[in-house]
Amino acid sequence: MSQVAESAETDGSTGAGSAGSGLHLRNLRKEFAAFTAVHDLDLDVPSGSFFALLGPSGCGKTTTLRMVAGLETPTSGSIALGERDITWEKPYRRPVNTVFQNYALFPHLDIYENVAFGLRRRKRKDVEREVDAMLELVELTSQARKKPAQLSGGQQQRVALARAIINRPEVLLLDEPLGALDLKLRRSMQIEIKRIQTEVGLTFVHVTHDQEEAMTMADTVAVMNAGHIEQMGAPAELYENPQTTFVANFLGQSNLIEGTVRGRDGEDVKVDMQGTVVTIPGQRAHVAGNAGDLGWVGIRPEKVLIAEEGQVIDAPGNSIPGGVVTDVSFVGVSTQYLVRMPWGQELTVFEQNTGRRRLFAKGERVDVSWRPEYAFLLDHTQDRAAGRDEDAD
Amino acid sequence: MTEVATQPPEARERRKLTGYWLLLPGALWLLLFFLVPFYSLIATSLYDPEGSILTGYDMTWAFGNYVTALQDYWPPLFRALWYGAVATLLCLVLGYVLAYAIAFKAGRWKNLMLVLVIAPFFTSFLVRTLSWKLLLGDEGLIVDTLQFLNILGDDGRLLATPFAVIAGLTYNFLPFMVLPLFASLDKIDPRLVEASRDLYARPIVGFFKVTWPLSLPGVVSGTLLCFIPAVGDYINAQLLGNTQTRVIGAVIQSLFTDANDFAIAGALSMILMIMILAMVLLYVRRAGTEDLL
Ligand SMILES: Nc1ncnc2c1ncn2[C@@H]1O[C@H](COP(=O)(O)OP(=O)(O)OP(=O)(O)O)[C@@H](O)[C@H]1O
Ligand SMILES: [Mg+2]
Repeated sequence: MSQVAESAETDGSTGAGSAGSGLHLRNLRKEFAAFTAVHDLDLDVPSGSFFALLGPSGCGKTTTLRMVAGLETPTSGSIALGERDITWEKPYRRPVNTVFQNYALFPHLDIYENVAFGLRRRKRKDVEREVDAMLELVELTSQARKKPAQLSGGQQQRVALARAIINRPEVLLLDEPLGALDLKLRRSMQIEIKRIQTEVGLTFVHVTHDQEEAMTMADTVAVMNAGHIEQMGAPAELYENPQTTFVANFLGQSNLIEGTVRGRDGEDVKVDMQGTVVTIPGQRAHVAGNAGDLGWVGIRPEKVLIAEEGQVIDAPGNSIPGGVVTDVSFVGVSTQYLVRMPWGQELTVFEQNTGRRRLFAKGERVDVSWRPEYAFLLDHTQDRAAGRDEDAD
Repeated sequence: MTEVATQPPEARERRKLTGYWLLLPGALWLLLFFLVPFYSLIATSLYDPEGSILTGYDMTWAFGNYVTALQDYWPPLFRALWYGAVATLLCLVLGYVLAYAIAFKAGRWKNLMLVLVIAPFFTSFLVRTLSWKLLLGDEGLIVDTLQFLNILGDDGRLLATPFAVIAGLTYNFLPFMVLPLFASLDKIDPRLVEASRDLYARPIVGFFKVTWPLSLPGVVSGTLLCFIPAVGDYINAQLLGNTQTRVIGAVIQSLFTDANDFAIAGALSMILMIMILAMVLLYVRRAGTEDLL
C-alpha cells in the first residue's frame, strides 16, 4: 500500500498529465446482448502507479480496457481521468494509449513511422528527435527502417510499447502485452517494461492472467473475476490476506478448511476447526463472525509446519494432531507434502530445504501447526474451489 | 549446410524434377493457346498490305502497317482507352464503397452480398448489355424521369451517347473491381483501424493512413481486371453507343471478318496490346506495389 502512495506522490513532479490524478471507473458496466461482460466496476488507479488487472480468461479484462480506450461504449457508468469525464470522448481525443494484445503494428509502415504515427496525427513539432529518443529507450535504433514483419516477437513488442509511450498518455493500457512471448523472453520483458515505466513515470494499467507477472510488476493488483473486482491492493497484502476464496486460490495456493465460528475473543475470532479451536486475527476474518456460522479457515502451504507426532512445535496457537503424510514431492529448494487430516481432507504443505529438518516419509504420522496471524477466515457461502486451476499458465 | 548434406542427393534431384512435372500441363497449355496464336498475330501484323483473299498473303516484314494503322485508326484507339479509363475510375469509386461496406459493415449478410455481386454472371454479357438498352431507351423510365425533372431536355437522350457506353462498361466490369477489393479489405485486421483511432487518427485520417494503403493490392488488381477488358470491349460501344462511339475492338473485328484486311487488323491488335502493357507496367510501378501483387 505504501508503494502506491509513494508513486502517487512522485507523479506530481513528472507532470505526466494536466489532470494528473489517476483513472477512475464508476459503476462501469458492459452488456453484450444478454451477456454482461463487466458488472458495475469501481476502480481507482492512482496517477503514476503500475496497476495490474489480473483475472482468468473471459473475465472482462479486455472489455474494461477497451472501454477506457474508447473502443467500446459502456452500457452504463462513467470513466474519468482526474476530474475530466471521458466516458463519451472519442478514442482519438483521449489522452490514453493502448499496447494491443497482438501488438497491431501497421504492417505497411516501417518501425520509425509506426512509432511516429501518434505524434504526426497530432502535428507535433520535433517528431524526429522524439522518435529517435524513443527508439533509443527501447533499444531499436538499428531497426528503424525495417517493417514490423521483419522483427522478432520481442522486438515487435517493444515497438508496440514505444508507439504508445511516445505520446505520453495520462494512462497507458497494456492488454496482455507479453502473452505471445515464450517464458524466458517474458521474464526479461517484464523487467524491461517495469524499467521503462519507472523512467517515463506514466500510469500503466497492465492486464494479465499470469499472477506471477502481476505480482512482480505491479504496485497495485486488482483481481477480477466474472466481470467484477474481487479484491484490490498491494501484491503482498492480496497474497497474505485474501478476502475471498477466489483470490485465495487464484493467487498462489491455499488450504481451505471448514470450521464453525465459536465467537469473538477481543479482536480475534475463535473457530472450531474439526475439533481443534483455532484463533484468527480480526482483520483477517472476512465473515460476520456470529457464533455458529460456518466458515473457511485458510492457510498458505508455506505457512504450515509439520512435525513428528506429539513433538512440541515452535508455533503458539493453532496446532492440529493426527495427520498422515500421503505424498512427498522433493523439488530441490523445497519439499511439498500432502498430509491427510483426521477429517479426511488433504492439506498441502511446503517446507524450505534448509537442511535443518529431516524429510518426512510417506505414511508417517505427523502434527501440523501454524501461527494464528497467518491464517484467514472466509465466507462459507463461497465456493471452496473457486479460482483453482483457472490460471492457464 | 549440414541439413542439406544429410539429405541423399538423389532425393533432392527428384524433388526438383517434381516441380517441373507440375509445371508441364500449364506450360503446354500456354504454348498451344498463347504463344502459337501470339506468334501468328505478330506474323499477320507484318503481312504485305497488298495481299487479299484472292492473291493470298505474304509475310514481308511490312512494318509500315503499324504506321498506316495508327494514322487511319487513332481516334477509335484513344476513344477505347478513354472509355476504359473513365469506366475503371467509376468502377473504383463505386466498387470501393461497396466492397468496404461488404467487408466491414455487412456482418452476417456478407456472403449473401457477395453472391449478389456475382449474380449478374448467371446471365450472358450480351443479354445484360441489351437490357441496359431498354433501361436507357428513349421511352425508358430513366429518360422519362430525367425529362420530368428537367435535367434532360425534351429531345435529350441517353441511349446512343458516350454516357451510355461508359455506364454499360462500368456496370459490366464492376464485379471484377469489387471482388479483389473485397478480398484485400476483408484481410485487414480491424484492430489496425482501432490502433489508428487510439493513436489520434480521426476516422477519415485513419482511412487514408491505414485502410487505403493496406487495400492497395486490391485496388491495383481490380483496376487492371477492369481496365484491360474494358479497353478491348466493343459490345457496349456497339449496343449502347452510336457511330461516333466506335472503339478499336469493333474496328479490329470488322477488319478481320468483313474487310479481310488481316495486316492492318493484326497491326492494330499489336498496338493495342503494347499500349495496354506499357500502361499497366507504368501503373504498377507508380503504385509501388510490385511486391504486393
Ligand atoms: N463483441 C463481443 N460480443 C459478445 N461478447 C463479447 C464481445 N467481446 C467480449 N465478449 C465476451 O465478454 C467476456 C469478456 O471478454 P474479454 O475479452 O473482456 O475477456 P478477457 O478477460 O480479456 O479474457 P482473455 O484473458 O481471454 O483475453 C467473454 O465472455 C467474451 O465472450
Ligand atoms: Mg483479453
